[in-house]
Amino acid sequence: MAPILALENISKRFGAVVVADGIGLALAEGEALGIIGPNGAGKTTLFGIATGTVAPDAGRVIFAGQDITRLPPERCCRLGLARSFQVPQPFSGMTVFENVVVAAAFATGASEASVYEPCADLLDRCGLMAKANQRAGGLTLLDRKRLELARALATKPRVLLLDEVAGGLTEHECAVLVRLIKDVRAGGVSIIWIEHVVHALLAAVDRLLVLHGGKFIADGDPRTVIRSPQVAEIYMGIAADA
Amino acid sequence: MSRVEHATRSSRIGVALIGVALIVLALAPFWGDRQMLRLLAEVFTFVALASLWNLLAGYAGLVSVGQQAFVGLGGYLLFALVILAGVHPIVAILIAGPIGALVAVPVAALIFRLRGAYFAIGTWVVAEVFRLLASQISVLGGGSGISLPAAMVVAMAPSRQAREFEIYWLALALTAAVLGTIVALLRSRHGLALTAIRDNELAAQSNGIDVTRIKLIVYVLTGFGTAMIGALIFLMKLRISPDTAFSVNDWTAFVIFITVIGGIGRIEGPIVGTIVFFIMRQTLADLGSLYLLIMGAVAIVVMLWAPKGLWGLIAERFGWQALPLQRRLVLAPKTEEPGERS
Repeated sequence: MAPILALENISKRFGAVVVADGIGLALAEGEALGIIGPNGAGKTTLFGIATGTVAPDAGRVIFAGQDITRLPPERCCRLGLARSFQVPQPFSGMTVFENVVVAAAFATGASEASVYEPCADLLDRCGLMAKANQRAGGLTLLDRKRLELARALATKPRVLLLDEVAGGLTEHECAVLVRLIKDVRAGGVSIIWIEHVVHALLAAVDRLLVLHGGKFIADGDPRTVIRSPQVAEIYMGIAADA
Repeated sequence: MSRVEHATRSSRIGVALIGVALIVLALAPFWGDRQMLRLLAEVFTFVALASLWNLLAGYAGLVSVGQQAFVGLGGYLLFALVILAGVHPIVAILIAGPIGALVAVPVAALIFRLRGAYFAIGTWVVAEVFRLLASQISVLGGGSGISLPAAMVVAMAPSRQAREFEIYWLALALTAAVLGTIVALLRSRHGLALTAIRDNELAAQSNGIDVTRIKLIVYVLTGFGTAMIGALIFLMKLRISPDTAFSVNDWTAFVIFITVIGGIGRIEGPIVGTIVFFIMRQTLADLGSLYLLIMGAVAIVVMLWAPKGLWGLIAERFGWQALPLQRRLVLAPKTEEPGERS
């Protein structure tokens, strides 16, 4: 079966820094895929390229059989490609509820009134109900991350790109998050998850990729990949430098 | 089931106060003298100009320093229509709106290619081009300007007093219409998008909002309103010249000052800002150029101490909104817990 999202031969450099060097990636429908890699490896840039906020120097992005390489972000979103940002990007002057309503109404083209009910349910699911009428700018980091996820889900995505949603969470919060993500996936959403909190990732994904120097250097079963010599070398090497 | 409400207690009070203020202002010809009416009408035009600029810069992120292009355009359209075509001045003001919107389309096509500071400079350049073009129109006085012929002014109303009342009510009605349109816009679906763009353009795009389209709509709409207010301003002045019509100082610098000290990105901001601006102007005008220095100092202090403006400070501290723009989720008691209502 054709993948739901595919990056084909993607290259991108910022000045002299190569962040993507002929990258290929295929996400099957219903799959949950994890990406790890050292800071600055180009993980977030990859999401930018997939969702239209960063233009690649070369290569193509295919979503559900359609070339979306040059499509602006809002069109990618409306097709069903949602993204959460590593640094949460709330609409800070709007309430938590309004944040989610914006995403639900504009990503799906639905009328505002028709999304109120599903948005309320979504806030409940993401543990934000008590803060529905608070200004998003006043939220704690944890709640901002929850909102980031809630807003991405409100767009009713077919593919969800998660960028470090577990960082800074306690053990318990992390477990709640993993449960939520598994739940989303069970609802038929395909997922790519970039994460440094490896144990959270391992609990939720069926395939793990390692990005280093603009290339995937490992790809396969999460537990095998995490024990592979390449991964050990990269992370140990970094530890030794620090 | 959950419900969504727009109004809060503060907005109910706000709307009631605005309603009372509108009635009191509509009756001003019966309690105020000529000076008062003239001053109030000028206040209204600045409330309208600042509200339009706020929509443009505060919400859509289009920091234009060239809105004088549309003020001047409106003013010149009024004079051209009245002098050259014999149109009634009030009709001319109404025509200035659509033409302002029409002109905004090609201007947008040009300046929307520019970003940030380049956009700001681009808008100013466009306004200067408009000023130079206006000075080439010899039938409208060229570079030295022209007055509205006395006969046409007199023909507006049976007496001088009636004419002054008419212009006053026109200023109040136009300003109320501009504010009403902005409130309606912000409460609509477009307003939801616009508020999202105000807060975070990147996130707005990534959540399915066509940011460029909304910006274009706002730019054209602002061109419409600004040209109409421009025509009104020069009907009140009765004289126009390229330098007064396209003055960056009067129609942009003061307007930015008003919006910034009042609270940018909030609908209440320009109203608060205009009141502060006029209080300062009326009390400090005798000081000459010192007055401008004080105003600059006030702007700097407000920007440092309350970067979201005076209204922003109040709104954030007390959670106030004077107009019912927010969508608040009201949780009805769950069905399995009947009667649990506070």
